Amino acid sequence: MLEAILQGVLLGGYYAVLAAGLSLMFGVVRFINLAHGDMAVLGAMLALWLVQVMGLNVPMAIALTLPAMGAIGWLLQRLIFERALRGGFLIPILTTIGLAATLQNGMFAAFGSDTKSLGAHIGSLSWASWHLPGDIFLGKLPVYMFLTALVVLGGLHLILTRTGFGRAVRATASDPEAAALCGIDARRVHRGAAAIAVALAGLAGIFLALRAQVTPFSGPMMLIFAFEAVVIGGIGSLRGTLIGGIALGLAQAMGGMISPQFSILAGHCLFLAILALRMTEAAASERGGWRNTLTAVLFNRSQIKGRLS
Amino acid sequence: MTALELHDIHGRYGLLHAVKGISLTLPTGTVLAVIGANGAGKTTLMRMLAGLHPTAAGSVSLFGQDVTLLPAHARLRAGLALCPEGRRLFADLTVRENLQIGAENGCGGDWTLATVIDALPQIAPLLDRPAGGLSGGQRQAVAIGRSLIANPRVLLLDEVSLGLSPAAVEGVYQSLERLRGHMTLVIVEQDLTRAMSFAERLICLSEGVMELDGTPQNLTRGQITDAYFGIHKVEGADA
Repeated sequence: MLEAILQGVLLGGYYAVLAAGLSLMFGVVRFINLAHGDMAVLGAMLALWLVQVMGLNVPMAIALTLPAMGAIGWLLQRLIFERALRGGFLIPILTTIGLAATLQNGMFAAFGSDTKSLGAHIGSLSWASWHLPGDIFLGKLPVYMFLTALVVLGGLHLILTRTGFGRAVRATASDPEAAALCGIDARRVHRGAAAIAVALAGLAGIFLALRAQVTPFSGPMMLIFAFEAVVIGGIGSLRGTLIGGIALGLAQAMGGMISPQFSILAGHCLFLAILALRMTEAAASERGGWRNTLTAVLFNRSQIKGRLS
Repeated sequence: MTALELHDIHGRYGLLHAVKGISLTLPTGTVLAVIGANGAGKTTLMRMLAGLHPTAAGSVSLFGQDVTLLPAHARLRAGLALCPEGRRLFADLTVRENLQIGAENGCGGDWTLATVIDALPQIAPLLDRPAGGLSGGQRQAVAIGRSLIANPRVLLLDEVSLGLSPAAVEGVYQSLERLRGHMTLVIVEQDLTRAMSFAERLICLSEGVMELDGTPQNLTRGQITDAYFGIHKVEGADA
């Protein structure tokens, strides 16, 4: 049980990094990037190409992949997302669906459909573990990935709270027009946020390639996990994203204890439960809070039905 | 020297022609009050000057530089700041962070955190509080401070006293008095008495048209009231 909890928490670090980019894009740029999972896979594929074809070691491949992904994010925002955002609500969604399909088939054409992994290139780290008291085995790689996630999200938090760029990001997310009145060029901020978001997606993709396998079509499932972590943790807060990622990881670990087939389903169930709770909370606040809603539900169901109808 | 020059500017919201051919020349250091009834086009004019709303026709010059096509962030760096209606502070950020944003992205100059606090001492105890939790008067003071710290040469203030208590309005105008002579001020004010006592020059808009332009000393209250409510238009229509 304790081992499952630890595994779930460590898995949460991966989900948090995956979700942080999606949350940043939505929170700052107001853009739902449905190609986020595919961007993550692209990061993994780039790192794999650098290792397997170019012969670099994994740390060097990661060091090159992340800035490259950042540059790709900046260019996507500059060339595609900015224009799509001018088209109202539907065009950005259609654009990212198209981008996702293009990325999936482009990676299929470039790298083939075989499953790929970086696990074979990190030696014993892929299977090494610490043997803790209580006969608990803790994988070294998941621990390192979790620590990396903490460092990355902590660093991002520091950037957002302690630097001029971070203040500009928060101001633009809060009120883009007022930010412009303060001399902030929202387009530059959005490009910077997109660069960070896609670099985070790339890191998450590398995490996946280190701990498991990726194919060019792994993106949609990663997108679902990212959405679930964002919804569970709440949009716009890195701490919330970390909590959301850990909660999703824990749910999957707990589900896996019941049955291996139940692992992913448990995460989805938690996501739906939190979503329902959030919607009920919103409805409750409209009726004057939980106490009023609960009173109505317990003592006068017809009254609340009347209000809802 | 001319600080701000508008030449026959027009502003539209779709089919609505909100600002109709306003021309104006403001020498450096002028304090101008813009008055007019609701829907007269005052806020649209301010938004056009600040670069938030596109100018459909005409031109805007700032210290001789044509800024008509510049976006809002670039106009701030050219020396024009707008303190908008509703204050528009960043609620999740502290007062200090709101001011830092103004300082980091502005023109640079004599206005610093220390000098802003000298001019607006009511801000000092609020620096580490979230801007979302301030009272109306406090929010207005911080909004003015955020504009000042960007070191503008022309400061536009939209609906300075809207929603404030009389005491808060008094405090805000005492602060603004300290700015007189340091920069060109354009104030949108619903309170006619306050506008006439504070400004050196006054214009009145009605249905997007500048109906009146003069000094408070040369204009009678009757003239201003007629222009404010567009009475001469009604009389003209009746005739």
